Amino acid sequence: MSSLLSALFEPGWNSSEPVLTAVVIGGGAAVVSGVVGVLTVMRGQSFAGHALADVSSAGGAAAFLLGLNPLLGFLLMGIIAAAGMESFSAHRIRERDLATGGVLGAGLGLSALLLYLDVTSKSTTGAAITVMFGSMFAMPPSVVPLALAVGTSAILAIALLYRPLLLSSLDPALARVRGVPVRLIGLCHLLVVAFAVALSAVTVGAILSTALLIGPAAVALRIAGRPGGAMLLAASIGVAATWGGILIAYDSYDWTGGHGWPVSFCIVTIIFLAYLAAGCPARDKVRAAARPGKGSVQAAGRG
Amino acid sequence: MREESGVLAVQRVSVSLSGRRILDEVDFALHGGAFCGLIGANGSGKTTLLRTILGFVTPTSGRVVIDGGRRLAQIGYVPQKIVLDPAIPMRTRDLVGLGLDGHRLGLPLAARARRRLVDAMLEAVGATSFAEQRVGELSGGEQQRALIAHALIRRPRLLLLDEPLANLDIRSIAATVSLLRRLALEYRMTVLLSTHDMNPLLPAMDCIVYLANGRAATGRTEDVVRGEVLSRLFGEHVDVIRVHGRILVIAAGAGNGASTDIERNPEHVVQVP
Repeated sequence: MSSLLSALFEPGWNSSEPVLTAVVIGGGAAVVSGVVGVLTVMRGQSFAGHALADVSSAGGAAAFLLGLNPLLGFLLMGIIAAAGMESFSAHRIRERDLATGGVLGAGLGLSALLLYLDVTSKSTTGAAITVMFGSMFAMPPSVVPLALAVGTSAILAIALLYRPLLLSSLDPALARVRGVPVRLIGLCHLLVVAFAVALSAVTVGAILSTALLIGPAAVALRIAGRPGGAMLLAASIGVAATWGGILIAYDSYDWTGGHGWPVSFCIVTIIFLAYLAAGCPARDKVRAAARPGKGSVQAAGRG
Repeated sequence: MREESGVLAVQRVSVSLSGRRILDEVDFALHGGAFCGLIGANGSGKTTLLRTILGFVTPTSGRVVIDGGRRLAQIGYVPQKIVLDPAIPMRTRDLVGLGLDGHRLGLPLAARARRRLVDAMLEAVGATSFAEQRVGELSGGEQQRALIAHALIRRPRLLLLDEPLANLDIRSIAATVSLLRRLALEYRMTVLLSTHDMNPLLPAMDCIVYLANGRAATGRTEDVVRGEVLSRLFGEHVDVIRVHGRILVIAAGAGNGASTDIERNPEHVVQVP
């Protein structure tokens, strides 16, 4: 048993500070993304979530250029993009997608400029990769306090707005009749998405933070019976994938001769495999198996 | 329709949307307990009138008075249908519960009193058998019941329904009408229900708001659905024929100008060339 453990957890695993930082921030980002992601998928705003994540890369690139806390950069740019998308936004889904696409294009253009400046003026060739695809083991521990604050406020906001968010995702007119300020709620949701993707942008990178936002949520929504359950499940799947990815990436230094695989690749691959595993059987079967006392017992017995 | 005890008073309401006159001096009042059909062809302004009563549309002139003010607290609203992906884990029970406290902040507490209220409401509309089923998986008639329960759980004084009989099979139509009639009596509610076909409502409704060309003729059904009244409303000669307990509204001069509303309404309008 102990030999298995030591084979699984390479020496130094739990004493290395970069690893510890990655475990803490990565886990926290996965929890926030899972919870927020379920609502994002339910509200049909996966594209908006993806756009916010991509646009936030401009903030990350700017932070790199100015030597600021990268999380702060991702966060501010995400907030600006969320406000922009909401102010251009219209009621019809097609128009909403156009507004999202417009902001996405402008943001990525800005990101291209800032990353170019990063690379040319600072001769930091790694900037583009770090901003877009993350470098989890290179996160400064100084990110931790801000990350905690961002994560906590995102979770609190979801807890506070839980019912109005659900009701307006069901049908905006029903929500308005209940006195819910639907547009304000929509803006708040986008802002919380910006918080979530900024957090995962510092871990898996701006582009891949969509995977952390949408992937676990999509899997959880297939399996869970209720929105709250889906949030808990999505958070758990996200954390499992993140920590599993960190472990595999750490171990991979050994079998790749010191280069190692990027953590982001490992995390996103685990999420994708989970998605395939949940998606292949018919949904009804999955739901039956998720109910205790029915399929799950047999499945466990066979496994 | 005694104005003095009106739950809802629509006072000379006109609405123009992007330059087009949708409602023209619509004026009526509903007394407590009225069961009223809002009848008109597609495009006659039924939905706009409902949205104006809800406060979603601001009248260009005139006003809507809800007895006791506090508009939204007193109105229950049932949209024609909601579109929800069956993959979203939102059960009938959750939809009804959100009718009770969906506007509240904070996480819902699993209070026993809340559960009892939701159970009683599901029972009242006959939705107990699909209470645990996902909203996206419900049939048209089932979703209708779920939405009615959602609207009724806060005991509104006025219930507005937008085309609740559209997209239902004949049996569900009759069942929905008698369910609404029963609930209206049980909850002492005033009901305003829009439909393009008045016939299923004939046994239940005691008053009518007939919309055509943005204008309304209102009153007791037998007073409104008469040839001379509807002729004035449509601005052309209209015959009302009662046959086998159904009402047919026949426009003689269909096709010239003002009759566009009638043309689009094959269910209860027969055109004579």
